[in-house]
Formats: sequence, structure tokens, C-alpha cells
Amino acid sequence: MSGGFTKSMARNIFYGGSVFFILVFLALTFDTTTALPQRDQRAAINETVTLGKKVWEDNNCIGCHTLLGEGAYFAPELGNVYTRFGNSTEAIKIFIATRPKDGIPGRRSMPQFNLSAEELEAIAQFLKYASEINTENWPPNIQG
Amino acid sequence: MQYQSQAVAKPYFIAAIGLFVGQILFGLILGLQYVVGDFLFPEIPFNVARMVHTNLLIVWLLFGFMGATYYLIPEESETELHSTKLALALFWIFLVAGALTVLGYLLVPYATLAEITGNDLLPTMGREFLEQPTITKIGIVVVALGFLFNVTMTVLKGRKTVVSTILLIGLWGLALFFLFAFYNPTNLVLDKFFWWWVVHLWVEGVWELIMAAILAFILIKTTGVDREIVEKWLYVIIAMTLITGIIGTGHHYYWIGTPYYWQWWGSIFSALEPIPFFMMVIFAFNMVNRRRREHPNKPAVLWAMGTAVMAFLGAGVWGFMHTLAPVNYYTHGSQITAAHGHMAFYGAYAMIVMAIISYAMPMLRGRKAANSEKSQVWEMWAFWLMTVAMVFITLFLTGAGILQTWLQRVSDNPEPFMVVQDKIALFYWMREAAGVVFLIGLVVYIASFFIGGEEKKATA
Repeated sequence: MSGGFTKSMARNIFYGGSVFFILVFLALTFDTTTALPQRDQRAAINETVTLGKKVWEDNNCIGCHTLLGEGAYFAPELGNVYTRFGNSTEAIKIFIATRPKDGIPGRRSMPQFNLSAEELEAIAQFLKYASEINTENWPPNIQG
Repeated sequence: MQYQSQAVAKPYFIAAIGLFVGQILFGLILGLQYVVGDFLFPEIPFNVARMVHTNLLIVWLLFGFMGATYYLIPEESETELHSTKLALALFWIFLVAGALTVLGYLLVPYATLAEITGNDLLPTMGREFLEQPTITKIGIVVVALGFLFNVTMTVLKGRKTVVSTILLIGLWGLALFFLFAFYNPTNLVLDKFFWWWVVHLWVEGVWELIMAAILAFILIKTTGVDREIVEKWLYVIIAMTLITGIIGTGHHYYWIGTPYYWQWWGSIFSALEPIPFFMMVIFAFNMVNRRRREHPNKPAVLWAMGTAVMAFLGAGVWGFMHTLAPVNYYTHGSQITAAHGHMAFYGAYAMIVMAIISYAMPMLRGRKAANSEKSQVWEMWAFWLMTVAMVFITLFLTGAGILQTWLQRVSDNPEPFMVVQDKIALFYWMREAAGVVFLIGLVVYIASFFIGGEEKKATA
């Protein structure tokens, strides 16, 4: 890097390029926020789903599971668990409620979180809501 | 050491190394839990150990960045730090807050921690990497602002160099984007969309500016190459970082409910993200080849070249491997992601912090320019043990990820997650073995600080 290419040219590429692409990114962000109402199932968000997201966060579910592919890779994907469990919120509730307190010898096991009936319903409804988001057909199949 | 106030970097570096040890110990716990599922259950469930592992990583890197800044800003600005007392006060605040947070993770159930820290008032917890109680997050902002005030005042009163300017832009960006950690809507798509403004715009954006600035500083000092040449390289590298990396955020927007067009924007721009990392390799090797002095501190030069190479492999090559949307459709959220995450963080950020520690610590300990030959040999052994171990951790996780992707997502009869996990357990065992080697490397690294004394024939 010598000759005609000077430091001030490099500096201008940095500042000019950065500002330009920040503006492009902001424009795309704006467009995304206007497109989201058709995709993100916001109409399904009610008090129960809101509580469900809080239960999800307060118990750090993302520390083991992925949700729409993001999170930890220790336990199954939950973005489509509602469909994987036969479109049943009941099945989700039963699974969470019946986890053994002391785990399973030698194997991975979800902790027993002692959720109330209301919290169980809420987390199940939250996962149902998540499963209905338009994810461009991800995951590739029911196994997540 | 040219300025007395540079000495405040020392506690920051010591804390960084201490927290690094904690991170690795919890990494080994996690690795074992992958194959011995009930290990430490239910006392330390996987999610708690992972939170400690990743949060310690972030905090020790932040300690490293701050230490690096306190060390290099006075020298670049040719003036003493604005306030040494503030720097030391913030050190203790940050360390105590970090320790209390980790103790909170370990001693009470996470839901209880959320309750007693008032998460309901402003819910920000329970999201990956942003698990800290809201009150800790506010503390991070306060510490960051105090730190930025301190170094910005120093830069303003002294000489302005490209290195210090780029470092400051990176650090201000770090603080700015962290503010999105406080935005947590119920709408999952919006939550995820802006969560990446913290995570991606940190590690694939402003942190790269910090890394490149520290690397440029070390290369100026150790090679004696003309500052003008180094600074021109620095501008071009970080220009490419932001030109590719900002829109490159789109590679996280393929499958989270965001519009289809992100598959094009994200694929094209993120496919270019290896370019700045490749340029860093060329840059580091070029400067070392054109060096005008033989710096007596060999490990510092080794770390500087190593961080460029490993960042290119981990962030560049392993990132590219699964960044194109049609590939990512199958690899998203698999062990491929874990493989990339490990080598990228180690190569780009752990190693740049160890590079500046390696360069600065001898002076901070009152030595002229370098440690003794014996100490340097130990440090270089540590470099190779940790780096080779990380290469193998990455390769084993990649093997696990390819098999997982195939068995669970591509094959004609996709199998359930846990069935697949059992089938790929051998790779997890080998990863754990590589992890033990990494820990040995870390022990050797720490030992190198206590071995030998000063280099008797220091030439610089």
C-alpha cells in the first residue's frame, strides 16, 4: 500500500463508507419494521403470551434451548415445539410439569422449575405464539 | 513505562486473567455436562454454568479492553491520564459488581435473582449474553460512561493519533450499542432484531475497531515501522469492517421472522466480512517483515501475529462456512455455530487482550522491555498449547455439527435432537479432552508470570 493511495484517502473511505452503510442499514431497518406486522403474529400477543415471555426469561430457558435457532445448543429447539408436540399446549405443560427434581442418572434433564398453573399455561401459549411466526420455513423439519 | 498513570492498567489485566481462569473452568464443566448429563445436577444446571462461562468471557474481555486503553492512551496522547483515581474506583466497582452477579447466578435460582433484583420494573434478563440483572446492566453503563469520560478527556488534552481515535470510536460504539440491552419488547421478532444490535454490532462491528487499534499500537511499538504506514492500514481495515459488517448483521435475520430480502443482503455482505480479517493477517505479517528493530519481547509479537491469523480462521473462515442463507438454513443454531463462536472469540478477542498484556505487563512490572528468556519460553508454550487446543476444540465441534446437521436436518429420516446428541457424543468427549489441554496451556501462561526475572540484555 504505497504510491498514490494516501492516508487521507483511506480515512475518507472509512468515514464515508461507514456513514453510507449505516444509513442503508437504518433504511432497511425501517422497511423491516413496516413489513413485520404481516409476519410476526403480533395480533396473537395478549396478557398470557406476555406473561409467558416473562416466564421464559425469568427461568433462563435460552441457557439450554434455542428459540428460532438462537440460544444454547444443549437442548431441543423450541420455536416449533408446539407443532412437534402435536399442536398441543397441554403436552408442553405436562412435559415441563413432570420433570424429575433430581434429574435422570447419567443423562441430561430439564430442571423442575415448579411453575404455577398460570405460568405453565403462559409459557405454553408463548411457545404456541412463537411457532406461528413466519420464519421462512425454518427449521427444515419437525425435529428442529 | 513512559507515563506514571499507565500503571492503572495492571489491576485490569490481573483481573482479566483471573476471570479468564473462571471462564475456562466453567467451560470444562459445560463440556462434561454434554456427555455426562447429570454432572453437578441440579446444583449447577447447564444454563447456569453457561451463563457464568459466557458472562465471564465478556467481562474479562472488557477488563482487557479497558486495561489496554489505560495503557496505550497516555502513550498515544503523550500525557498523563485525566484521572487515575477514577480509573481505580471504576475498577473496583466493576470487579465487585461482576463478582456479585456471578455469585447471584450460582447461589440462587435465576428466577429468584430476577425477583430480588427487581427485573419486573424493567425486564431485561433471560436473553442470551444479556442475562445480567437490570441493576448490573445499569452499573455497566455507569462504569462505561466514567471510563469513556476519563479516556476522552485524556485524548482531548493530548496528541490525537489515528490509533487513539479509532479506539475511542470503538469504545463509544460499544457503550452506545449496549443501550439496546434495555429494549425488550414482548414481540419476539422485534426483541431478537434489536438484540443483535448489541451482539452483532459489538463483535462483528465496534469490537473489531478496538481490536485493530490495539493491534496497530502493538505493531508500531514492536516493529518500529513508520506510524503513517500502520495508520493507513488501520483505516483501510476498519473501513472494510464496517462496510461489510453493518449490513452483515443481516445474516442473523434469515429465520427470525424478518423479511425474506435479508437472505440476500445478509449473505452478500457477511460473505465479505472475512476481508478485513484477511487484511489484518497481511498487515501483521507485513509489518513484522519490515520491522526496523528486533524487539526483545518475542511472545508479544507472537500473540500479535497469532491473533490476526486465528481471528481470520475463526471469525473469517468459520464464519463464512455457514453464513450463506442456503447453508445456514441447515446449520443455524447447531454445533457449527458453537465451533465458530469458540475460535472467533479466542482468535479475535482473547488473543488481542493477551497480546497487549504480553506487551505491556513487563513494563507495568517495572521491567525494561521484556521478561527473561525463560519466562518468554513458558509464555510461548502457553500460546501454542492454548491455540492448538482451541483449533482442536473447533474441529471437534465442527465434526459434531456436520453430523448433527446431517442426522437431524438433512437426511431422509430426520432424527430427534437428543437421539442425535447421543450419536455424536464421541466428538464431545474429544472436545472435552482438548479443553483440558487448553486449561493446561492457561496454567502454563499464568506460571510464565512467576518464572525468571527481567531480561538481562534487553535491547530496547
